[in-house]
Amino acid sequence: MAGSTNLIDGRTGKWEVVLGLEVHAQVVSNAKLFSGAATAFGAEPNTQVSYVDAAFPGMLPVINRRCVEQAVRTGLGLKARINLRSVFDRKNYFYPDLPPGYQISQYKQPIVGKGTITLDLADGATRSVGITRLHLEQDAGKSLHDQSPGETYVDLNRAGVALMEIVSEPDLRSAEEAAAYLRKLRSILRYLGSCDGNMEEGSMRCDVNLSVRRAGSTELGTRCEIKNVNSVRFVMQAIEYEARRQVEVIEDGGKVVQETRLFDSGRGVTRSMRSKEEAHDYRYFPDPDLLPLELDPAWVEEIRRTLPELPDEKKARFERDYKLNAYDAGVLVAERESAEFFEAIAKGRDAKIAANWVMGEYFGYLNKHGLDLPKAPVDATRLGGLIDLIADGTLSGRMAKEVFEEMWRTGAPAAAIVEAKGLQQVTDTGAIEAEIDAVLGSAADKVAEYRAGKDKLFGFFVGQVMKRTQGKASPAVVNELLKKKLQG
Amino acid sequence: MALDRTTVAHIARLARIKVKEHELDALAGELGGILAWVEQLQEVNVDGVEPMTGSVTPGMKLKMREDVVDDGGIRDKVLGNAPKSAAGFFAVPKVIE
Repeated sequence: MAGSTNLIDGRTGKWEVVLGLEVHAQVVSNAKLFSGAATAFGAEPNTQVSYVDAAFPGMLPVINRRCVEQAVRTGLGLKARINLRSVFDRKNYFYPDLPPGYQISQYKQPIVGKGTITLDLADGATRSVGITRLHLEQDAGKSLHDQSPGETYVDLNRAGVALMEIVSEPDLRSAEEAAAYLRKLRSILRYLGSCDGNMEEGSMRCDVNLSVRRAGSTELGTRCEIKNVNSVRFVMQAIEYEARRQVEVIEDGGKVVQETRLFDSGRGVTRSMRSKEEAHDYRYFPDPDLLPLELDPAWVEEIRRTLPELPDEKKARFERDYKLNAYDAGVLVAERESAEFFEAIAKGRDAKIAANWVMGEYFGYLNKHGLDLPKAPVDATRLGGLIDLIADGTLSGRMAKEVFEEMWRTGAPAAAIVEAKGLQQVTDTGAIEAEIDAVLGSAADKVAEYRAGKDKLFGFFVGQVMKRTQGKASPAVVNELLKKKLQG
Repeated sequence: MALDRTTVAHIARLARIKVKEHELDALAGELGGILAWVEQLQEVNVDGVEPMTGSVTPGMKLKMREDVVDDGGIRDKVLGNAPKSAAGFFAVPKVIE
C-alpha cells in the first residue's frame, strides 16, 4: 500500500487516488504489423501505405515475425507470462483514419499475461506495480483537422504500424508514481530495443484510468479515462487536475460519471468527450482472416536467452560491484548509454569519484548544452584520463573542473591541457611551507587573533596561500601544514 | 430472443446504416428471427469443442512474413479511388471530436 503522503486533502477529509495506465508503445520494426509497408517517422503523406493498410477489397493480413518477437521480448523483460497461443480480434468502429472500419487487436487472449515492473522512487525506495497484460494491435492513421476549413486530411502512413498496448494494474497512487512508472517502462523498452520511447514523436502514448476514494476505504470509486496524454509532465498535470476534480464533485454531493475525458495541455484541464460514448460498443470478434498466433516454446526460450541485462539487474550489480547507493545506481542505469559510459570510466578507477563526475559535472554539461551522450565532445576515455589526474594528485578537484571546461570546449585530452597551461597542482611541502610562512609573516595581527580563538580566520589564511600559488597548491597539503603552523 | 426498436436503432447506428423509423419494427422481427435460430443451436452440446472462428483447415498454422519493406510507395494508386484527395492526403468531410 502507498504511504499516507500521497493522500489529497479535501474539505471533508483525506482522499486516495487510484491509478492505472494504458501505454501504447510503437514496436520497433522496419515494416508494419500485417503488411510490407515501411514504418519510418516523418515520410511524405500516404507514401508508406500498401493496399492492405488502405483496406482495399480482398487484401489479407500476414503477420510480421519481428513484431511478434518484440512483443515476446517485452513480455519477458516485464517478467510476464508469455501466452503460447493468442488470438487476434476485430475491434469495430468508424473513423476516417481507420479504412477497414475495424482495428486488428487482441481482446480475450493477449500474447502476454501478468507481469511486474519495479518503480524507483525519489527517496531511493522501490515499489512493485502489476502489469495486467500486453497485446499486439495496429495503429490507426492520422487525421489533420486544421489544414483546410471544410475538410479533414487523412494520412495512412501510420495505419497498420504495430503497437504494444501495455496495461497496468490499478496499483499507482500518485502523479509521481505514474511518472516513475512511465520512466521505468520507457527505460525497459529502450534497453530491450522494442520501442524507442520517444513521446514527442508519439512512439509512446498514454491513457490514464483514475478514480478516488476516501482514505482507508478499500472499495474502488467510479473511474474516468483520460485519453492520449503525451508526455510525462502532462500525465502528471492531468492526474493532479482530474483527482482534484473528482474529489470536488463528490464533496459537493455529486457523483463521478464514468466517461472518457481529454487533457487540454494548453489550459492544464481535462474535458469530457461525451460524443465518443456510444462508440464504446466495439463488438469484438475473432478476425476470420487470421489464425491463432501459436508460439514455439523453443523460440521463446531463444529470445529469453538473448535478453540484455535490464535496468533492475544492472542497478543491483552497480550497487554490489561499485558500492553505489540505490539512488546513484538508479540514475546511472536509467539509460543504457549512460550506464555503459559510467562503466567504461569506473573500470579500474574509484567508482564513487567516477559516479560523482558522470552524474555531476558531466550530466550538468550535457543538460546545459542540450546534448545526448553520443554527441558530447568528451568521451569516456578522455573523462577517465581527467579522473586519473585527480587520483594521482596532479589536479585538485577545483582545478579538474577548470580543465574539464577546457576539454569540453576544445575536445583536447586532460593531460595536454594540464601541460599547456602549467596547471600542475603543487604538492611539494617545502614550496608550500615557504608560501605559508610568507603569509603568516605578513599578517602577524591575524595570526594573534586566530590564536586568541577567532577560528574563522583559518579560511582567510588558506585563501591567501592559494592566491600566492595561483590556486595550484594542493588544498589538502595546505590545510594540513597551516593547521600545524598555526598551532605552533 | 426479441429485439426492441431501440436496440435495432442502436445497432444500425453502430453499423452506419440509415434506418427509417417505420422500418424499425420489421427489422426487429427479422433480426429476432435470426437470433431465435441461433438460440436453437445453443441446444447442441459443445463441451470440449474449440470454437471455430475461420474456415481454415485444421492443422494449418499462421504464416509469418519477415520484417522487410517490400510494399508502399504507391500513393497515386492508393489515392486513386478516393472521391477526393489534396496534397497527398485523403480529403474527407470535416470530422470534429
